[in-house]
Amino acid sequence: MKRGKGETKSLWRRLNSLKNFPYFLIAPTVIIFVVFMVYPIVYSLILSFQEFKHGTYRFVGLKNYIVLFKDPIFYKALMNTFFYLIVQVPIMIGLALIIAVFVEEKYVKGKAFWRTSIFLPSITALVAYALVFKVLFNGDYGLINYVISALGGDKVQWFYSKWPARFSIIISITWRWTGYNMIILLAGLQAIPESVYESAAIDGAGFWKKLTYITVPMVKPILLFTTITSTIGTLQLFDEPYVLTQGGPDYATITIGQYLYNNGFVYMNFGYASAIGYVMVFIIGILSVLQFKIKDN
Amino acid sequence: MVNDTKKKSRIGHVVIYIFLAITTFISIFPFYFMFISGSNTNKDILSNPPKLSFGPYLAENFKMLSERMDILLTTYNTLFVSIVYTLLAVFIYSAAGYILAKFNFVGRTVIFGFIMLSMMIPTQVLYVPWFKMMIGAGMTDSHWGVILPMLANSFGVFLMRQNMLSFPTALIEAARIDGSTETRTFFSIVLPNVKPALGALVIYMFTSMWNNFMWPLIILGSKTKYTFPVALAMLDGNPTNKNYAVIMLATSIATLPILIIFLIFQKQFVAGVMGGSVKE
Repeated sequence: MKRGKGETKSLWRRLNSLKNFPYFLIAPTVIIFVVFMVYPIVYSLILSFQEFKHGTYRFVGLKNYIVLFKDPIFYKALMNTFFYLIVQVPIMIGLALIIAVFVEEKYVKGKAFWRTSIFLPSITALVAYALVFKVLFNGDYGLINYVISALGGDKVQWFYSKWPARFSIIISITWRWTGYNMIILLAGLQAIPESVYESAAIDGAGFWKKLTYITVPMVKPILLFTTITSTIGTLQLFDEPYVLTQGGPDYATITIGQYLYNNGFVYMNFGYASAIGYVMVFIIGILSVLQFKIKDN
Repeated sequence: MVNDTKKKSRIGHVVIYIFLAITTFISIFPFYFMFISGSNTNKDILSNPPKLSFGPYLAENFKMLSERMDILLTTYNTLFVSIVYTLLAVFIYSAAGYILAKFNFVGRTVIFGFIMLSMMIPTQVLYVPWFKMMIGAGMTDSHWGVILPMLANSFGVFLMRQNMLSFPTALIEAARIDGSTETRTFFSIVLPNVKPALGALVIYMFTSMWNNFMWPLIILGSKTKYTFPVALAMLDGNPTNKNYAVIMLATSIATLPILIIFLIFQKQFVAGVMGGSVKE
């Protein structure tokens, strides 16, 4: 098909008119988000009310959700995920804040060096670093157990018993993400005007007083941001348990994300997997609202 | 009294330096361990204590790895999805960011509001519908199947929009008065002036795709299509002749490019993490 020169020209002119231009430039984004975000969100909701039987999908109402709420493995996944959330997120954010405060202390030299090296873990692929930790956590020959026994402790079978397996995951995630959150918090710390600290110092405030009365309240919005993103990340935890523990032993480390994967892509139970996904959306919604509420108080 | 506080603060300084030194050591050591383990034998790694220095088995491990994994092809696959994804994302998101920041049009609030809200949606919820859509489009086990759905990345749009906000509107208007077309203004005035933000976006998109695991794991079925994270997981998941030296070598090969990019483009990495605000 050949297009006349005049036609091309007028198309070009129409594209460039102030009225049309925004629509042309935003169109790819809108199309992508409608196709790969809006449609899947709706489709997933519909699937969560369906069941695949005898070669067709049929509407089964709330059945998937009812089964889900009686599913012991789902409860294990839920409990594990919440355990990671409650233990890991506060430890990590606290650690990230302390490191950020230390690096920002005026007299500390080599700021760029500390920042860069502590941020370094967060450039790694989750699968890659999990593999390294798998070797380090090895029950018989891992370096971590070697250090523990050199210090007089007993070797820990990290991946074969419940609690050690959970902690191996918590330790690994903390290694990977603390520096990342530290960098975000650093930006917040740098925005606090120096004069606030100076007047506090004149009033005789020490390190802890400054931390609790000035730093924490001033970076509260950023603390909230890092907590919310960490929460969303933890709820979707997948790569680390996949590599380190495969969700075991006896589902002791399985996460909601992993259970969704198993149901959707190992057992090909799309309806059930979608129901799990929607419970995840619901939990993230509730937790985000809660975290905003806590911040307001 | 004055002496006392001085002494106290000096102890404080030492404590802080020790703390930072330990944290740094813990952060860097696993990298060191990964790299040296790739040059040792499986037995060196599985001994008490594991060998902690470089060994002479790099070439041998490399040969063993080549028998289990097509290193070049995996590198090509990972590069291909990461580069194509990044290029598309940069073009699409910078256009969207510019429009959302600088134009008033019907639907702007709805579009931006939705993009902000969708940051709260866990991506995993989308995987089942994406997978079914990819089956429908015949794009399972293809690199385009990995790339296309991942383009619905709210953070990328948000990052560009935030950076376009601070672009001087006066410049755009001046170009308009001078008779520059909207397209030309965008390409030759706006884009060249937001290079730092583009840099942050490039690094962010590239590394997130390079490191991506779950979606490629779902969509890719054949070994010849695997990207590094999937290939690594498969290498580890294969119980026959498990050799940690070979696995650590593969992990090093997958990590090295990102490490080099990071050391060169640190500022952009950090800016990507912080929503694109590029500062000294």
